[in-house]
Amino acid sequence: MEEKKIQVDIKVPNQTRYLSLIGKIGEDIANELYRYSGDRETLAYHINLVLTEAMANAIRHANASDPDKIVRVVIFFEADELVIQVHDSGQGFDINNIPTPNAENILEDRGRGISLIRSLMDSVCYRTMKGGNILEMTKKLQ
Amino acid sequence: MNMLSEKKKDVTILYVREERLDAHNSGDLKTELASLFEGKEKSILVDLKDVRFIDSSGLGALVSGFKNAISHQGNLKLSGLQPQVKSMFELTRLHRVFEIFTSSEEALETF
Repeated sequence: MEEKKIQVDIKVPNQTRYLSLIGKIGEDIANELYRYSGDRETLAYHINLVLTEAMANAIRHANASDPDKIVRVVIFFEADELVIQVHDSGQGFDINNIPTPNAENILEDRGRGISLIRSLMDSVCYRTMKGGNILEMTKKLQ
Repeated sequence: MNMLSEKKKDVTILYVREERLDAHNSGDLKTELASLFEGKEKSILVDLKDVRFIDSSGLGALVSGFKNAISHQGNLKLSGLQPQVKSMFELTRLHRVFEIFTSSEEALETF
């Protein structure tokens, strides 16, 4: 029989007060991965972080801080990968036009979010769909 | 944001009493640090011992405070970082920017 796996599909208002809720859900899912043999506490923190970063990005940049919009978060498993999607309904942004942090810009207040996601996940892409955009991140689970 | 400040000798210690320092509350910390330096405080220690989670905007608020310290000929140091929080400073190389101490008592001796 095929193993049933967790899938989460949740919509929250486009407000930063919900970052904690979504991050916590990500941590709890990481803690449910009974076959994961790596450092579970670190994985849970990293999933919390990438969800927080992606959602904050959607709220502020893609959805332009409009509190009437919504952010949709989908988390599921595909083969041995954890897939996290953050859907926004805004104008989007150019993920390839974000400077990589380096010695020259280390004292910038902003601009670390996408770079953090890239360093913690195995793949990151941002694509435009009908009515919005999706930031999709995947992580191989060993 | 829940913060508590305490003055010891010439150092203002700002205790961040939140489990998360993220895009929802980091603006408050940034504003508070700017206000302290503009109010002629020169030496500020931010104690993060209660903070279990920090994101890029939390780091950004501290970087903003650090730049404020420089422009006011002051000092901003950090103490009490939990292991996962410290790992975020290492991942972003910011551990090379800030002076980071295990405890506020240890940090106070260095001002």
